[in-house]
Amino acid sequence: MTGLILLAVYIAIFAVSMVIVAWATKQFFTRADFTSLKTVTFGDESAVNANRVASVISVLAIFALWVAFTNSSLPLFKAKGPFEGMVEFTYTATLPDGRSDDASVSILVYPEDIQLTVDANGVAGKIPEKLKVDLGDGFAKNDTLVIPRYGSKLISVFQNDEFKKSDGAIVTHLNGQALEPGEQILLSEGRLALTEKGTPFFEPSTGFRMARLYLPAPEVTTNRFLQLNREGYRNFTLLEHTWASLQRVLLGFIFGALVGIPLGYAMGLTNWARGWFDPIVEFMRPVPPLALIPLMIIWFGIGETSKVILLFLAALWIMAIAARSGVSGVAIAKVHAAYSLGAKKSQILRKVIIPNSLPEIFTGARVAMGVCWGTVVAAELVAAEKGLGMMIMVAAKFQLTDIVIVGIILIGVIGFAIDIGIRKLEGWLVPWKGKV
Amino acid sequence: MSGLLIDNISMRFDLPNGGSVQALKNVTLDIKSGELLSVLGPSGCGKTTLLNIVAGFLAPTEGQVVVNAHAVKGPGPERGMVFQQGALFEWMTVRENVSFGPDMKKMPRNKSVKIVDRLLEVVGLQDFKDKAVYELSGGMQQRVALARCLANEPDVILMDEPLGALDALTREKMQSLVLDLWKETGKTIILITHSVEEALLLGERLLVMAPRPGRIHKEYRLPFAEMGVGADLRAVKKHPDYAKTREEILAMIWEMEEEIMGRTEESA
Repeated sequence: MTGLILLAVYIAIFAVSMVIVAWATKQFFTRADFTSLKTVTFGDESAVNANRVASVISVLAIFALWVAFTNSSLPLFKAKGPFEGMVEFTYTATLPDGRSDDASVSILVYPEDIQLTVDANGVAGKIPEKLKVDLGDGFAKNDTLVIPRYGSKLISVFQNDEFKKSDGAIVTHLNGQALEPGEQILLSEGRLALTEKGTPFFEPSTGFRMARLYLPAPEVTTNRFLQLNREGYRNFTLLEHTWASLQRVLLGFIFGALVGIPLGYAMGLTNWARGWFDPIVEFMRPVPPLALIPLMIIWFGIGETSKVILLFLAALWIMAIAARSGVSGVAIAKVHAAYSLGAKKSQILRKVIIPNSLPEIFTGARVAMGVCWGTVVAAELVAAEKGLGMMIMVAAKFQLTDIVIVGIILIGVIGFAIDIGIRKLEGWLVPWKGKV
Repeated sequence: MSGLLIDNISMRFDLPNGGSVQALKNVTLDIKSGELLSVLGPSGCGKTTLLNIVAGFLAPTEGQVVVNAHAVKGPGPERGMVFQQGALFEWMTVRENVSFGPDMKKMPRNKSVKIVDRLLEVVGLQDFKDKAVYELSGGMQQRVALARCLANEPDVILMDEPLGALDALTREKMQSLVLDLWKETGKTIILITHSVEEALLLGERLLVMAPRPGRIHKEYRLPFAEMGVGADLRAVKKHPDYAKTREEILAMIWEMEEEIMGRTEESA
């Protein structure tokens, strides 16, 4: 339900901000560059550019929804939160002989993550004690209990009463309203019900926000990031975890490229090598690297070696295929021209085939780095002592969702940065790409 | 300098379906040093195959090509080639492209720089030396290709429709350039073209080839190339003989094309 509301709000933000920005752009900016003068834009891919205002709003919208649907303390728009505080209701106990008596139940609903928070003095929160209440008169006595937010509890109202359930006492009214077993009353504070067996049951209302266990608020995540940065996690700093993952990826990728690129060239240049390696490459290419993890562990143990070899295998086939198609992509006129200009085979390779295959190699490198980065996180889920994948895996076992989210954001940001880095390198080394 | 002998060449290759194609049959041609030969013919007459055999990219099934008293076994620097397009190296600047041949021979830098500078001036690209080739227009790129070929000092220049991808105006300018370069360098040039006008203008000697099997159909000796050196090509085109020869050749090629069509219809 909350998910659907979230989706609806998100779509609404998309549409409304589009209309507003389009209107504002029209009001305050007049552009007359070639693209904006095109009358046909729908269907003309070259007329479509990423609207950077949309990108900024998109990121802000995710952040705003994150704040709105979690128990964040940031002063932004908030969805209705879970009930927290005191709620009191009465129950009427009736005995078989018809005597009845009223008593009250006082419930304190406390934040479910209270033990994870600290107050202004740096003191960690504690689960609150039950309130002291006057037992009251009559045979039914007043009750008190504490419930965490998002929780629920059966209320053993007869526990302190003079007549127990075994004496035939039953609850007939809640808050003065007659209730059969299985019926319920909806209060603004939550749901009050009688179970099938006649026991009162209270569930505080949850609102539309997600509990910290499912999605911690942005500031909680940020604080966790700062704390991880300061104190590290599991004997290693955040930087060491990140570097451990990055190092495995780089090692695996470099070895994969060092073997894969010459292999691809050989396959592109000689019949024998193509025939020899074709079945191997075509067989290994569709095998997802994750499927090799168990075998790598059996062969090379659970240490670094097996992880680097796994990443090496992930990069190897991609780079080999990229280099092979780079060689096939050479226009035969270029090779013929070079031979006619007196080039020898080694010169053809160095001056024509290698430079000509660079665009394909870079495309392959981007794919391979992406696959390696995805694989390393999975590889670290099994027996690693450091690495981002290990960090989120261990944190998940302890239900530390904030660390999991810090890890996911870091993995995403670093993967994005790697891709941008390769693209920059490509623009510098292969300036002719797409211009021929 | 010496000539080029195409000695009774036949070319036959097998098709995957078991049949075979006779691309060339008994082609013999003696080309003198410094001759400007243009080759014309309907598509499928084997003119590009012939050029590839002379360049050494294909081995004929019969016969041989002799250059400078040596039989051709493969491509070599004494036979330079200019392609229609896409044969320049995009990863090199204009200068690096032109000095490719000298660099392959490990010519000292100071020597090759002089050659490159002179040739770029000849083709009018002295201001574009350090540009990337993909920044140049199509006509400029072909001028780079010409200069690159000349920088290697070949005895024979083979041109495979070098001006085919250019627009009409650029093409005319380039035709003048080719004529001037021919006169200036005295190289033997074999030029393959689809255009009858180009074949007339750029051929001292013009060869019309016929298809199936590819063979020499008719040979002309023409004065227009000599007339065109350093002159206005449009004036040459006004020559009465020019129009006459053009019509004659066009009619000949039309006839061949019709015959091919007819044969295809029969077999179909």
